[in-house]
Amino acid sequence: MEKTGNGKIAVMNPTGHPPAIEPLSMAPRVSGLDGRTVYLVDCRFDDGDILMRQMGNWFAEHMPRVRTETRRKSGVYTERDAGLFEEIRARGDAAILGVGH
Amino acid sequence: MPTASIQTESFADVVTQVAYARGMPHQRFVFVPQPVMGKSPEELRAYVDGRDPVTGRPVMAEVVDVLTRPLSEEDENPGGFERSTPRWVEPDTEDNLHRLFLEKEWTDRLPIVLPTREKVEAMLAATSHSPDETVGELRPTATREAWSFTVEKVAINAVMAGAEPEYFPVILALAASGVTARGSTTSSAAAMVVVNGPIRREIGMNSGIGAMGPYNHANATIGRAYGLLSQNLQGGSVPGKTYMGSQGNNYAYNNLTYAENEERSPWEPFHMEKGFAADESVVSIFGSCRATSFSLGLRQKFWREHVTNLLRGLDPFESPTLVLDPITARQFVDRGGFDTKEKLIRWVHDNATMPAAVFWDYQLVENYLHPQALNGVEPYAAMLAAADDELIPVFPRDKIHLVVVGGETNGYWRIMGANYHKSVSVDAWR
Repeated sequence: MEKTGNGKIAVMNPTGHPPAIEPLSMAPRVSGLDGRTVYLVDCRFDDGDILMRQMGNWFAEHMPRVRTETRRKSGVYTERDAGLFEEIRARGDAAILGVGH
Repeated sequence: MPTASIQTESFADVVTQVAYARGMPHQRFVFVPQPVMGKSPEELRAYVDGRDPVTGRPVMAEVVDVLTRPLSEEDENPGGFERSTPRWVEPDTEDNLHRLFLEKEWTDRLPIVLPTREKVEAMLAATSHSPDETVGELRPTATREAWSFTVEKVAINAVMAGAEPEYFPVILALAASGVTARGSTTSSAAAMVVVNGPIRREIGMNSGIGAMGPYNHANATIGRAYGLLSQNLQGGSVPGKTYMGSQGNNYAYNNLTYAENEERSPWEPFHMEKGFAADESVVSIFGSCRATSFSLGLRQKFWREHVTNLLRGLDPFESPTLVLDPITARQFVDRGGFDTKEKLIRWVHDNATMPAAVFWDYQLVENYLHPQALNGVEPYAAMLAAADDELIPVFPRDKIHLVVVGGETNGYWRIMGANYHKSVSVDAWR
């Protein structure tokens, strides 16, 4: 075993090389939700659809001036639903996605 | 678009890591308790009305805050993304280095061989490829970032696993597959590796008695190296951060690595099904290994019922790989006339059935197959058209596989819930 002068051993690092990270700015926030359209998106994981419906019920009871649109993402939860995201971009003011896992 | 991402509390560290790697380290999340799965509408309403278990604040107040609180300078212009991997570890004593490798979570918690220059160079001498050649990329799951690595990095992990240099082309082929043996999935999946061709004999792999157990140095250390290189070259496999398997999986210690018993099989070797020649050396990788059912031989009167019972014991989301002792492989030929693999695969496909409504109610089927059916992906779209009580084949034919291994001390055999991923040439890495 190869040792340095002080009896220590030199060994190699077993970890791989991470990719470079491109900074992303977050989207501007809305000033308030009253009168806005908020999309509630079920990502199709486990029973997330039930949770999102309950969230919609909460808005109806506590913030009735918020318009909610409930949608179920197309495809498996790991896939991007470009059509739905375009709809939200065109017609929505904010989105709530759930449930991540 | 301002977005609130709702996560379960178990994933707080994971989503923070993923957001950082995506370049948005201050992404805002709201957490609810785990699990969501199986909860009633009333119980999930209580989650909505309750508090975020990570921050302690009311969940819906968090949601409104996430969507409306103005962005800070850091939110708009995030920084601090410098990352690099040094080639060497700071020199230290042998004991301290073993402790460091444990603390850094670079091991499988069993003792490792320290990767000194001389050992790594000996490993590198077993391939014609340059140490600085990029082999490929690995990631813990499809939605996470991929890390890249060189031949030298693979050699370091092979040394740590205790592998001999002559095993190195097999280990390089596994690394080049791009298939991780350390998936982060909550399902605790492990890999299974089948080796075919002349390399089996050249390096003394076991395909006979005890091939799937801890009785052969090549089988043991090649499989262990696959696990170590997966975790270290993909950016980690750390519980709660880059590994979320709820129960864990003992198969993951060496990833069920063995050679196929080609000489005693009544059928063509596995790698030939995948387009390789008999004299080519190949590794084949299966994933999602969790479920195992077993039996002894095939009884004359009710073998069909016994086999279908075993098949129904698997979650229908994971397709069956029949792992057969040569005795049982020949019994399948004798009892059922399956003189080709294709005939047996067709029989499994036609007989592993269940009522459509029962199939579509499985959670994993709901998560992964139902969305595909709705999008018209076959055969799932056609299966979705079946009446609720109609018996439908649950395993697509092209996802059913057969492997022959064992030493013929008896006719025990098993069915692994194991999805085939890929076969890679070993010869290309000599």
